[in-house]
Amino acid sequence: MTRLPILKLVLATLAFGAVQSVVLLQFDWFGDAASTAAGPIDTLMDVTIVVSSFIFALVCVFLGYALIKWRAKPGDESDGLPIHGNTKLEIWWTLIPVLIVVALAGYSWAVLDDIEKKDSNAITVDVYSQQFAWTFGYPESGNKWAEGELHVPVNRQIDFKLHAQDVIHSFWVPEWRIKKDNVPGITTNALVTPDREGTFQLVCAELCGIGHTTMQAKVVVESEEKYNQWVNNLKSEVPAFLMSADQALEVQKRAEERAGGIQGSGVEEEGSGNHAD
Amino acid sequence: MAMALRQPGWYRGLFGLLLGAGFGFGLVIALRALSGLELFQTEQTGYPHVVVPLITAPFGFLFGFGAFDYWFRWAAGKPTIPEDHSDHGATRWQDYFKFNTDHKVIGIQYIVVTLFFFLIGGLLALLIRAELAQPGSQVVAASTFNGLFSTHATVMIFLFIIPIFAGLANYVVPLMLGAPDMAFPRLNALSFWLLPIAGIIFLGSFLAPGGAFDAGWTGYAPLAGGAPLGQTFFNIGVQFAGASSIAAALNFLVTIITMRAPGMNLWRMPLMVWAQLATSLLVVGATPFVAGAQFMTLFDRVLGMNFFNFLQGGDVISYQHIFWFYSHPAVYIMMLPGFGIISEIISTHSRKPVFGYRLMALALIGIVVLSYSVWAHHMFVSGMFSWLRVPIMISTMLIAVPTGIKVFSWLGTLFYGKIHTYSTAMLFALAFIVTFTIGGISGVMLGMIPIDIHVSDTYFIVAHIHFVLFGGSVFTIFAGLYHWFPKITGRMYDERLGRIHLWGTVIGTWMAFVPMHWVGMDGMPRRVADYASQYGDWNLVVSISAFFLGAVQLVFLYNMIVSWRFGPKAGNNPWRANSIEWLVSSPPPIYNFDEIPRVVGGPYEYGTPGARHAIMAGDEEGATVPEPKPTTVAAS
Repeated sequence: MTRLPILKLVLATLAFGAVQSVVLLQFDWFGDAASTAAGPIDTLMDVTIVVSSFIFALVCVFLGYALIKWRAKPGDESDGLPIHGNTKLEIWWTLIPVLIVVALAGYSWAVLDDIEKKDSNAITVDVYSQQFAWTFGYPESGNKWAEGELHVPVNRQIDFKLHAQDVIHSFWVPEWRIKKDNVPGITTNALVTPDREGTFQLVCAELCGIGHTTMQAKVVVESEEKYNQWVNNLKSEVPAFLMSADQALEVQKRAEERAGGIQGSGVEEEGSGNHAD
Repeated sequence: MAMALRQPGWYRGLFGLLLGAGFGFGLVIALRALSGLELFQTEQTGYPHVVVPLITAPFGFLFGFGAFDYWFRWAAGKPTIPEDHSDHGATRWQDYFKFNTDHKVIGIQYIVVTLFFFLIGGLLALLIRAELAQPGSQVVAASTFNGLFSTHATVMIFLFIIPIFAGLANYVVPLMLGAPDMAFPRLNALSFWLLPIAGIIFLGSFLAPGGAFDAGWTGYAPLAGGAPLGQTFFNIGVQFAGASSIAAALNFLVTIITMRAPGMNLWRMPLMVWAQLATSLLVVGATPFVAGAQFMTLFDRVLGMNFFNFLQGGDVISYQHIFWFYSHPAVYIMMLPGFGIISEIISTHSRKPVFGYRLMALALIGIVVLSYSVWAHHMFVSGMFSWLRVPIMISTMLIAVPTGIKVFSWLGTLFYGKIHTYSTAMLFALAFIVTFTIGGISGVMLGMIPIDIHVSDTYFIVAHIHFVLFGGSVFTIFAGLYHWFPKITGRMYDERLGRIHLWGTVIGTWMAFVPMHWVGMDGMPRRVADYASQYGDWNLVVSISAFFLGAVQLVFLYNMIVSWRFGPKAGNNPWRANSIEWLVSSPPPIYNFDEIPRVVGGPYEYGTPGARHAIMAGDEEGATVPEPKPTTVAAS
């Protein structure tokens, strides 16, 4: 049995992995960044890309070497060496991956804690979602309401309280890197500290029906003064469709009494015309 | 005619179908009339006069077709009529359209039917890609679009990938075990016939008022709860596909545990058999959860129950927990049989034992155990209780370890081998290693919560699942089909066309699915009929590549069909493989063996002079060979 050129194979892997990492790191994978969470998350992604590059390089180099070195000539009917395994090697290729994934998991956990740290001076903003529109409430600025447009101050943590009126929606501004589902029946929350002024797009990321594609809203991140000015000019009457779950239940009960029969699941009664076809 | 209606078969089956449908319809109308309700309730979540026949008609068909004849006659103490439906084997093509109990016939039935659904699912995918080729609305309306991707995923998962592995295993596992058939041949036939029923129900939903089910294959509550009638078709179709899956898995478990040939202890089982054992453990444990999730949605929709109705105290997120408790293990149900196939092919074509055979088998079991503890990684942004996220992240990432062991061991098998690459099966196996590694790596990325928060519900997910299911599962399916084609048909396929299919598929897969990662990371959500114009170029590349990938599959179909009819005779063992299925004729005789073979060694003893895996009855030369001791040579 010929000895393996381990050193050469390792060097080839390192070289291939390094080139791949350098090439892949040239790209801005997650696009523009506009929140404090983007830094740590993008760095985590870069680290993962580097680790992955070396793992992929390892597989490719060893596979390529085997194919070049031990490819049988046509008509060769002999067998390979009857090697059944190598316990030491098998232990290593179990343990090293364990260490790698545990390290990456630990790092991810640290990043998660970092991006979910709550500031004491965070502003609360309510995000109401329904098929297929977004509505925003500003309880700390005198219960003001805005439909279809979200304004937030820059460099201030926002505690978004997410609500859904009918089905699950998902709150996502790609530049902020933060996503969380709006779940009917419960209130979920997402913490974001926008750190760049500008106009962004809020996208619904969870399939919510026919109009899912179009369920977007404009997001404006601006200075604290501009923001205050904007909020003060908003109306303070509650939009008609925003009912509490109790109110919605009342409506449904009344409908059932009227119909006097078995109704559907109740969702479609309040579903403001979902699946209108 | 009257005679035909008394015999099990298609006439009586179709009669039973009509009878079942009529009974269900009549029952609903009668009960509603008795209760003083309007006879027809046509709220979109209602339609009881459609829903009940949807359940009773398939059973009517199965009764009529003869699926339960033997059991009923036996239970009633009547003489069974074996010649009608228990006839083994196939001598004419018509025999493939019967309630046949031969595992080899059933295997072919499975493979042909699932490939048909692969074609349907592929056409649905091409419609999706036609719509997405450019921003804006091209081909279909948004409402139809949602139905397209929902049925595409459902057909591909429930009617192609999961059952085609059951079909391949059906054909080869009893042969590999040295068994004459599966443990429960009639249950086996029933498992198969439930499948086309599920397929017809899924595709029939296109005819339902409101169109096909369009809440995604995930069917999340409450969207699915209020969706049009088509969603009920999904709820019921999953029951038939799931029952098929569970019955087949039980059959595999019993067959593998009790029907191994003498001498075949657990450590002499081919890894294909190990993989089927592991998969079956997953199917039996997990599939009831998806059945439950769909029953609960069905009850919410039709009976007004409130499992997931938040207005009545139902819990929306609990649907996701129940659904993913099946549907993550389902990913391994779609991958583990492929791992088995790859091990067989790589070992055979590099003329070497599988490196670290025992660790390979244990890795399969490790994946089974771990895969029950990772479901909630689909729910990192769902708003579920936050403490569950980190433990799930760790177990999710740990599952990469047994998967890595498999990849490293395949590489180890190649080292110091004699690698033959003339077979398309081997080429697909090698391509699988590279492509699947990408899917595995993006899987680890998705397990990392902060990355997942950004990319979940984007095209990155679509890219990952297609690298794993197409670059992974479908590659292994192709590898397996090419590998066992000579055994199943007795003829050889065309390697040149096979190579065209291979390279076309590899290039198509990478070109179609790699750019999806990029647009996803950059912010393109999934399940959208339209997107921001900045993603237009890459989507055009994806669409063109998808059409190319689809076209290349026609080469495969042509190769399979024409070679089956006209290919050169393959002989018993064209790959010079060791496992038992290659020691019998191609195709194998009825009941597989005249006498059960005797297993005397491991399945992959290439390179050990005189080593044998099994000795066939009447094999005088082999009968005198003593049991060889496996020689262990340490790698330097």
